[in-house]
Amino acid sequence: MRPVSEKGAKEKATMDAVAQLQRQLVDYTASLFHEGYLDDQFNQLRQLQDESNPDFVVEVVTLYFEDSERLLNELTKALQQQSIDFKKVDAQVHQFKGSSSSIGAQRVQKVCIAFRNCCEEQNIEGCNIFLQQVKHEYTLVKSKLETLFKLDQQILAARVDPGSHVIRFLQA
Amino acid sequence: MNVSKKTVTGDGTNNSATGNRISVLVVDDDPIIRTIHKALLRRSGMEVEVAADGQQAVNLHRMGASYNLVFMDMEMPVMDGPQATRELREMGVESMIVGVTSRDLDSDIQAFMAAGLNYCFVKPLTIEKVIPLIEELTGNI
Repeated sequence: MRPVSEKGAKEKATMDAVAQLQRQLVDYTASLFHEGYLDDQFNQLRQLQDESNPDFVVEVVTLYFEDSERLLNELTKALQQQSIDFKKVDAQVHQFKGSSSSIGAQRVQKVCIAFRNCCEEQNIEGCNIFLQQVKHEYTLVKSKLETLFKLDQQILAARVDPGSHVIRFLQA
Repeated sequence: MNVSKKTVTGDGTNNSATGNRISVLVVDDDPIIRTIHKALLRRSGMEVEVAADGQQAVNLHRMGASYNLVFMDMEMPVMDGPQATRELREMGVESMIVGVTSRDLDSDIQAFMAAGLNYCFVKPLTIEKVIPLIEELTGNI
C-alpha cells in the first residue's frame, strides 16, 4: 500500500470539506422546504439550471428581489395615501403573489392571498397589518435564499481551488 | 417603455418553416415569468421569443413573424391577453394560442377562452403542462 503523500492528504482534506459543505447545503435546502418557505416551484427552477444556463436560479431569484423591493415600496406608498386606491393596491398584491409563486416563495404567496381579501373588503387596518406581514415573510425568505446561494458559492470555490486538485474528482 | 428592437421587429428566426423546432412566443409583462418560461421552453427544444405585452405580440405578427405556439398572459398593460388574442385571430393567425393566467376565477378563464384560445393554463408553466402541447404540435407538423 502506497504511503499517504502530503499532496494526497491535502486533496483528501479538501474533498472532506467540500463533502461537508454539500451535506450542509442539502440539509439547509430540505429545511426550507420542510418549514414551508419554499415549494416545488423552486425545484422546477433548479431543474432548469444546466451547463448552458449555470446561474439560472440566482439570476431569476435576483430578478425577484429587485422586482419585490420595487413592489413593496409602491405598496407602502399606496397605503399611505389620504384616499387609498384599493383596486391599485389589490393589483400590486396580485403581482407580488404571482412573482412569489413563480419562484416558489410559498409563505409570501400565502400572505398575499390573505392580503387581497382585505383589499376586497377595503379594510385599511387589515391591509396595513398584512403589509407588515408580507414584508416580514419576504425579508425572511430573502435572507434564507441568500444563505443558500452563499453555501453554493463556497462549494463552487472549494471545487475550483487550484491548490486542491479536487476539480479532477468532482467534474463529471 | 423599454422595447428591444429584436422584440418589436422580430429577427426572422421564428418562421415555423425553419427546421423542425417548434417556435414559441411568450407574451407576459412579468420579466420573471418571461425568464422562467423562456428557459423551460428552450430546455424542451423550442425556439423562444418574448414580448412584454399584447401590443408587442400583435406588432410582431403584423411585421410577418409567425410561431407554432403563443403563450399569452391574461393581464398586461397596453393591451391585455384577451384583446391581443382577438386581434391575432382577426388577422387570421391560426397558431396554437395558450392562455396563461394567475386568475383562478372560472368566469375570467371562460372569457379568455372565448377570445380565441386553444387552451388556458394557470401560472406558472411546468414541463408536465407543456409536453401534451408538444405532442399535439409535432403530431400535426
